[in-house]
Amino acid sequence: MRSVMKDERAWAVLLLALAAFVPVVAPMLDSPATVALATRIAIYAIAASSLNLLLGGGGLVSFGHAAYYGLGGYVVGILYAHYVSGEAFLGVIPGSNDLLVTLPLAILVGGLGALVIGALSLRTSGVQFIMITLAFAQMLFFLFVSLKAYGGDDGLAIRRVAPVFGLNLRDPATLYWISLGLLAAWLFLMDRVSRSRFGRVLAGIRQGERRMAAIGVRTYPYKLVAFVIAGMGAAMAGALMVNQARFVSPDMMHWTKSGELMVMVILGGLGTLVGPALGAAALVTLEYTLSGLTEHWQFILGPILVLVVLFARGGLMGAVRRIAGMRGRAPDALPAGELPAGRVQPGDRAAPDLPLREGAAPHG
Amino acid sequence: MAEAPVLSVARLVKRFGGLVATDDLSLEVMPGELHALIGPNGAGKTTAIGQIMGEITPDAGAIRFLGEDITALSTPARVRRGLSRTFQITQLLEDDTAEGNVALAVQARAGHGFRFWRNAARDARLREPARAALAQVGLAEARWEVPVADLSHGERKQLELAVALATGPRLLLLDEPMAGLGASESLRMTEVLRALKGRIPMLLVEHDMDAVFSLADRISVLVYGHCVASGSPHQIRQDPQVRAAYLSEEEGV
Repeated sequence: MRSVMKDERAWAVLLLALAAFVPVVAPMLDSPATVALATRIAIYAIAASSLNLLLGGGGLVSFGHAAYYGLGGYVVGILYAHYVSGEAFLGVIPGSNDLLVTLPLAILVGGLGALVIGALSLRTSGVQFIMITLAFAQMLFFLFVSLKAYGGDDGLAIRRVAPVFGLNLRDPATLYWISLGLLAAWLFLMDRVSRSRFGRVLAGIRQGERRMAAIGVRTYPYKLVAFVIAGMGAAMAGALMVNQARFVSPDMMHWTKSGELMVMVILGGLGTLVGPALGAAALVTLEYTLSGLTEHWQFILGPILVLVVLFARGGLMGAVRRIAGMRGRAPDALPAGELPAGRVQPGDRAAPDLPLREGAAPHG
Repeated sequence: MAEAPVLSVARLVKRFGGLVATDDLSLEVMPGELHALIGPNGAGKTTAIGQIMGEITPDAGAIRFLGEDITALSTPARVRRGLSRTFQITQLLEDDTAEGNVALAVQARAGHGFRFWRNAARDARLREPARAALAQVGLAEARWEVPVADLSHGERKQLELAVALATGPRLLLLDEPMAGLGASESLRMTEVLRALKGRIPMLLVEHDMDAVFSLADRISVLVYGHCVASGSPHQIRQDPQVRAAYLSEEEGV
């Protein structure tokens, strides 16, 4: 089991190292658009991985993850708008076009948003939880649609971003390496967290809340902290995406974006380290190639997703594991001969003092 | 005051619609005592455990543990005060190893789990007590690193007990620890419980009468949620009411 995990971390390091060469290789292949595409993949990988902490880590099906992604994006957008106009936000916070200011602020706001939404939604569970997270995200979506001061439906454009440590963010390769570096840092954090005491509790919550209560764990605070961490990750991704696209609009918070992030996680492999990044790469690449072929590209994408989910159990990472002969997380069934012993034969024991014999069937 | 009971359940009532699952149930567990709760299927034994643990809210009555009224407390709060249970239908973390399951209980007992950086699987402060609990219930060492999903039913039952022990219980509620075990496994479990007896008070729900009569200091008989008799194993064996109400019914099946 442990060697499998080691392998997955090796996978992560290898893939990130290879990905670092994309801006070097792309011009040789005469396809400069590749760098922008790879940047989007790295950014989506952060967002998907943050959702995976909830989905795969704690078994919390949050269907409103785009809310934090969009919040992060809007922090960058709104601060830029105030930077341009020269007026302070709410008369207090001065605008900024510096990523070193906007990115931490985006992460903070994303975390606060997740704290509020999580604190309320985590009072529910199951389908109710899915619906309430979706509802909160849609509320935010419509809030930003109606915010005419910040572009409403049309969103905000971002130009002239300040250089970071003298690096020009308008240069695609620079922004790519920053995004990839943050992805690496994020995956490292996720790996540490999933193995920590906190991660163990979260995994326990996924596998059995009743068991967690029976060992004396109040699960709510753990779920809330996971929610906040995931919200911060999504907000970081959102802030980066706005820098890449130089544009923010309410579409970043639309429920279809939440769905896309979910598809990435499930497609790549729920609860794995590299899976969500693979899922992001697969989905973004498919979208890009298919939309180049036909405008009805979703018509082709749908069946491909269905096939992957049907035939590659555990997503792409599950397929990789099977091909590489690694062991998955949970076997599906009890091995033969290991089933519960069932009823004991009366002859098995000495006769009891009271001729009282009942089966082992569940009862009150 | 002489000895105060560890657990005292007073006039507990639980109804599910028209069904009275717990009917004016009162019972006590004294320090060091192994108190067995027996009764036919549907007598409300598991429901009683559920109420003592706070998983089911009683309609009436009070539960006192170590002198404190715990009737309104949540399950985790009760566990932290020293109540611990095993489940008849095992509730284990299937993806984790046997040791991982116990280590999580050790961690929960040690305090909060808001530590985000260190690898918990290599933490000796969690591993050592977990391994001690696994050894205590007699789970073969070769099976400690095996995922729970790959363990046999008997091994899962042992693991249930190890997890309960790792919470540092001051009272153990055992819900049919022998259910589904083979004869030799049952005997082994009986010996494990005998070794614990006297050190940790226990409330044992069990259908294995060999185990019950060889282990219990006191036996209470539950029929339709009501306690019809309570006494030493000898008294219960002789009780005409128990024989009439309980045994004739059994024979009629």
